[in-house]
Amino acid sequence: MDNVSSKNNNFNPTAVKDELLKIYPVKVLRKRSKSIVINDNEATPEIQANVRTIPGIISQRGCSYAGCKGVVLGPTRDIVNLTHGPIGCGFYSWLTRRNQTRPPTDSSENYMPYCFSTDMQENEIVFGGEKKLRMAIQEAYDLFHPKAIGIFSTCPVGLIGDDVHAVAREMSATLGINIFGFSCEGYKGVSQSAGHHIANNQLFKHVIGKNDQKHEGKFKINLLGEYNIGGDAFVIEELLKRCGITLVTTFSGNSTYDQFANSHMADLNAVMCHRSINYVADMIEKKFGIPWIKVNFIGAAATAKALRKIAAYFGDAELINRVEHVIADELEAVRLAQEDVRTRCAGKRAMLFVGGSRAHHYQELFKEIGMEVVAAGYEFGHRDDYEGRAVLPTIKVDADSRNIEELDVEADPLRYEPRRTVEQIETLTNSGMEFKDYDGLMNDMAEGSLVIDDISHSEMEQLIDIYKPSVFCAGIKEKYAVQKMGVPCKQLHSYDYGGPYAGFEGAINYYREIDRIVNSRVWALIKAPWQKYPELQACYTTA
Amino acid sequence: MLLRHTPEKITDRNSLTINPAKTCQPIGAMYAALGIHGCLPHSHGSQGCCAYHRSTLTRHYKEPVMAATSAFTEGSAVFGGQANLIEAFQNIFKIYNPDIIAVHTTCLSETIGDDVGQIVRAAHDDGKIPTGKHVIHCNTPSYVGSHVTGFSNMVKGMVNYFAESSGRRNGRINIIPGWVEPSDMREIRRLVKEMGINPIIFPDTSGVLDAPQTGKHIFYPKGGTTVSDLKNTGDSRFTIALGEVASKAAGEALTAKCQVPCHTLDLPIGLEATDRFIDMISKLACVEVPGSINEERGQLVDVITDMQQYLYGKKVALFGDPDQLISLTEFLISIDMRPTHIVTGTPYKGFEERIRSITKDVVPDINIKNGQCADMFLLHQWIKNDPVDLLIGNTYGKYIARDEDIPLIRFGFPIMDRIGHTYFPSVGYKGALRLLEKILSAFMDRQDRDSKEESFELVM
Ligand code: SF4
Ligand code: SF4
Repeated sequence: MDNVSSKNNNFNPTAVKDELLKIYPVKVLRKRSKSIVINDNEATPEIQANVRTIPGIISQRGCSYAGCKGVVLGPTRDIVNLTHGPIGCGFYSWLTRRNQTRPPTDSSENYMPYCFSTDMQENEIVFGGEKKLRMAIQEAYDLFHPKAIGIFSTCPVGLIGDDVHAVAREMSATLGINIFGFSCEGYKGVSQSAGHHIANNQLFKHVIGKNDQKHEGKFKINLLGEYNIGGDAFVIEELLKRCGITLVTTFSGNSTYDQFANSHMADLNAVMCHRSINYVADMIEKKFGIPWIKVNFIGAAATAKALRKIAAYFGDAELINRVEHVIADELEAVRLAQEDVRTRCAGKRAMLFVGGSRAHHYQELFKEIGMEVVAAGYEFGHRDDYEGRAVLPTIKVDADSRNIEELDVEADPLRYEPRRTVEQIETLTNSGMEFKDYDGLMNDMAEGSLVIDDISHSEMEQLIDIYKPSVFCAGIKEKYAVQKMGVPCKQLHSYDYGGPYAGFEGAINYYREIDRIVNSRVWALIKAPWQKYPELQACYTTA
Repeated sequence: MLLRHTPEKITDRNSLTINPAKTCQPIGAMYAALGIHGCLPHSHGSQGCCAYHRSTLTRHYKEPVMAATSAFTEGSAVFGGQANLIEAFQNIFKIYNPDIIAVHTTCLSETIGDDVGQIVRAAHDDGKIPTGKHVIHCNTPSYVGSHVTGFSNMVKGMVNYFAESSGRRNGRINIIPGWVEPSDMREIRRLVKEMGINPIIFPDTSGVLDAPQTGKHIFYPKGGTTVSDLKNTGDSRFTIALGEVASKAAGEALTAKCQVPCHTLDLPIGLEATDRFIDMISKLACVEVPGSINEERGQLVDVITDMQQYLYGKKVALFGDPDQLISLTEFLISIDMRPTHIVTGTPYKGFEERIRSITKDVVPDINIKNGQCADMFLLHQWIKNDPVDLLIGNTYGKYIARDEDIPLIRFGFPIMDRIGHTYFPSVGYKGALRLLEKILSAFMDRQDRDSKEESFELVM
């Protein structure tokens, strides 16, 4: 492996790539080689993404159900999320994503600590489960009287052909509440990503736009793709409030049904996690005329930029002023923390293999403390998440994606109202505002860094062996294998039960967290003193 | 209130499970397979199930849990997963080089009716499985039974594929430990060795899911039952299967296949169940119980006599897996506590009868629910109606514990918010001592917290 890295740590990425692929059978090698690219800042290379995972490869990915029920709908506190299927799927998605929520009063609805399942038995697999589903909905209604019930289909439900949508319609008519189904069977699509899309579609069809209540407040936005892991959304909510910006809804951290229903009353959609939610942003724009911009509240500079972007959109002098004040208030503490942490972290290497936007967003935080990100990739990104939305027209839609419904959205005859005129949009664009745009992860990564989609376990271990990073960011399945290699692993799905990491306050938390992780004493204690010497020293007593 | 919507009033539910006290079969099969040395579990279905099972096992053991999947997409769901499975075998042997692949099914592959046994045979015949390597399988449809059923099915799969009788007895004994922790498997081995016997324990996750930090990730750690030992199970003198639900099926399969007699006992949790375990081995193997074991037993009994006043009459609610709950209930009765409400989502016909016979003299009106809709929502409602002093169950119990202000002792699966379960046993006399220590500490911490200043005790 000598040609992979030279002594002064200048890695040869081409050699590394060959090394990662060497172990594979020919067919696998051919396929994986397209998903491993060496970043080139001049001409962004094409990466193969959102394609099927190779059987037997040990991937990080989950399924469509996880993306739909777990990611997008999970953080909503007042919808009864009912899993239709055998017990497992519902059980595993029960509280494990640690979406925090803050009901306004002690008696406000909050179903998040509950797991609802039809617990299908063999009988229902053979004769159909619709009857049980209907009864389960009735029982849920009788017990809780929720505003809305979501039904989530698991693999066997799709196969036996239970029509969850028909049951939803029927029960909705009987009970007089909003009930809607999600055909998010685990085998749909190639990863969680399919589930995000399915969730977005159904929210759009069944919830968004159902409540026309007007809001006070001059500057009304929705935050999309923020799931309030570790309290991130709380930090952002607070920041926006201080700036005088009204948050109509967050999709979907710390959110409620009514906020979703009312989201079309905002004047701007700010998108955090591009992958999981860009569909909703697009559809709302088409139907209601609300433009969207990409923002990122992970990283201090990114947060400042996001706030300025929102203020610039509204173009109100007072708002711009307030935003600058808030930023100025925060930046001093951030600067001090950065300076301190830098002295212990600068120059160290990090890798991020997680999610669909986090592997991009978190690079900001590492850069801010002088760390270098040498390799990164998504668990379920698409090409546009890597290469930027400019490549959208050139993405080939394959069979697995074609099976996911694309909604035909048209302008609402009554409620479509462009929030900005064509001229205004043009002026804003000329001054640097990018609407409906996302540059992707590769644009932010260093020349020669490795970008790997749907990394396999084997590739991960080799990467760590070669680069010996100071920290590896991934999820729970990877965590302990990485740590057994003597490298700390920071979980970026669950934050290792820490956080928040969003906003200025979150950035400081993260710097300190990384400082602790990479400089913890335990990594130096793995070998016992007697294991550190190559040979046994002569023993006095034997003489 | 975390569980603010749980009403005191109990209504009938037949279709809606709320906060389940069980999960699905494949995760049990995956755990069992990890107890074979050099084995990579493989989930035949879409990758989501495998990701969920690996994540949950990882959160419980805080160790790498490696497993592969057939990664079904819509096409495989329609046309069957044979091509995916065979492709997976080839990739796995080339990339991850296990000695054995242990395949379990999922709801998906079960519903479409993939015949995994047939696919494995075909793969063998076509030379897709390298010589000297093995593929075993079991069926784990999640709409039947629970995670414990899946565990049981995989252990039975080990017997089906490996056990052989050579016609010569090897003088060893088999122990099927049931779904217990790596620490428990270690403790069972220690106890049996203490009696001068070298057992074959299968599965055995000790050494696999409690592996040391060495700075290297060993994909197949030292632990786990070896293939040669699994083969040898057919020549052993007898089998002790611990737990009717988790272990009996494999023990009986071994009797049918290799005529090795099987004795099914309760999990050796608590004093009396451990007594029966030791006594049975002593009788069947014709060995005397060594003084060291008598000493351990005596220490346990000593603590019980010393601390009686803190235990007597205390009410407990329990949830978990049937085998564990049966032994645990018996232990609680033996230390004069009162198990009051018990649920297990894992269906097991004999459950209610066993629990009633254990508790009949002390708690004749005990609440028990097993099977469909036997969930933690109901358990919580029972507790609201008839409060208890202690709750014993997995991590999910912490929501009830906090709302009702009851101490929780973490026991069972999964435990995702504490450590210790993988390192310190709950079986045997030492395990009982540990359980006792936890129970006493829970009560005494409570007393210290709640007592008036004038009655705050220094010595207890
Ligand atoms: S689909 Fe079936 S096997 Fe998979 S997680 Fe759900 S219940 Fe378990
Ligand atoms: S950041 Fe990643 S893990 Fe989180 S919701 Fe988005 S895509 Fe999923």
